[in-house]
Amino acid sequence: MPALTDFLSMGGHAAFIWPAYGVAVVVLFALVMVSLRTLKANEIAVREIEATRPRRRRRNAETDNDDA
Amino acid sequence: MGSLHRFANPARFLRISAIVLPWCSWLAALTIAAGLYMGFFTSPADYQQGETVRIMYVHVPSAWMALFVYAVMAVSCATGLIWKHPLAHVIAQAAAPIGACFTIICLITGSLWGKPMWGTWWVWDARLTSVLVLFFLYLGYIALSGAFDNPARGEKAAAILALVGFINVPIIKFSVEWWNTLHQPASVIRAGMPSIHLSMLIPLLLMAIGFTLFFVSLLLVRVKSELLARRLRALRLSEIHRAGAV
Repeated sequence: MPALTDFLSMGGHAAFIWPAYGVAVVVLFALVMVSLRTLKANEIAVREIEATRPRRRRRNAETDNDDA
Repeated sequence: MGSLHRFANPARFLRISAIVLPWCSWLAALTIAAGLYMGFFTSPADYQQGETVRIMYVHVPSAWMALFVYAVMAVSCATGLIWKHPLAHVIAQAAAPIGACFTIICLITGSLWGKPMWGTWWVWDARLTSVLVLFFLYLGYIALSGAFDNPARGEKAAAILALVGFINVPIIKFSVEWWNTLHQPASVIRAGMPSIHLSMLIPLLLMAIGFTLFFVSLLLVRVKSELLARRLRALRLSEIHRAGAV
C-alpha cells in the first residue's frame, strides 16, 4: 500500500490539506441535514394544522346551529 | 418584469422547483465528484506550493460562492424592497445561511493554506479582513431578520443591511489590487486569459459549477421550507384570532 500512504501523506502537507476538505464536508453536510430536517418539520406541522381545520370549522358550524 | 412575476407566484415556484431539484442535485454531485477526482489525481502539484495547491479546489470555489450568494441575496433584497415580490425576501433568507457556510469554509481553508505557504494562519490584511466582514454581514442579516416581533419589519431591516453591505463585495474583489496583501491576485477572473494551467483550471471550474448547482439545490429546499414556515405562522395566527373571537 505504499501508493495509498504516499497519496494520503500529500507530500508532507496532509495536516493542512485533509482538514481543509474535512471542514468543507462537515459544514456543508450539516447545513444540508439541518435544512432537510427543518423542511420535514415544517411539512408535518402545516399538515397537522390543515388536517384539524375542516373539523374545527364543522364543529363551529354545529355550535352555531345549537346557538340558533 | 411581467415574465419574472410569473415565477414569483409561490405555487408555481414550488411546481417548477420539484422538477428542477432532483436534476440539479444529481448534477451537483456528479460535477463535484469529477472535480475532486481531477483535483486529486489528474492535476499536478504546484512547482512552488507542492501538494498544498490542492486546497485551491475547495478554497477558491467557496470564495466565489461566498460572493455570488451575497450578490443573489442583495438582488433579492432589492427586488423585495422595490417591487415587493412575494418570493424575494424568502429567497434572501433561504440563501443567507448557505452564503455564511461558504464564507466560513473559505476562511478556514484559507487559513489552512496560509500556514504552510505564508507561515501564518491569519493576517489582518485587506483581503482576509474584508472576507471576515462578509461573514459578519451574513450573520448580521440572519440575526436582524429574526430580531423583530413583526417578521415583515425584520426582513425589511435586514434587506437594508444586506444592500448597504454590498459595498463590501467589490472591496473584496479588488482588495488584492488596491492594497498590499499577502493574498495573491486573481488568476482566473481577470483581464485577458486565465494565468492558470488548464490541468488545474478544469477541476477548479468543475468544482465551481458543482458548488453553484449545490447552492441552487439547497436554495430550492430552503425556499420551500421557508414558504411552509410562513404558511405555518399565518395558520397559527388565524387560529389565535379565531380563539379570540370565540
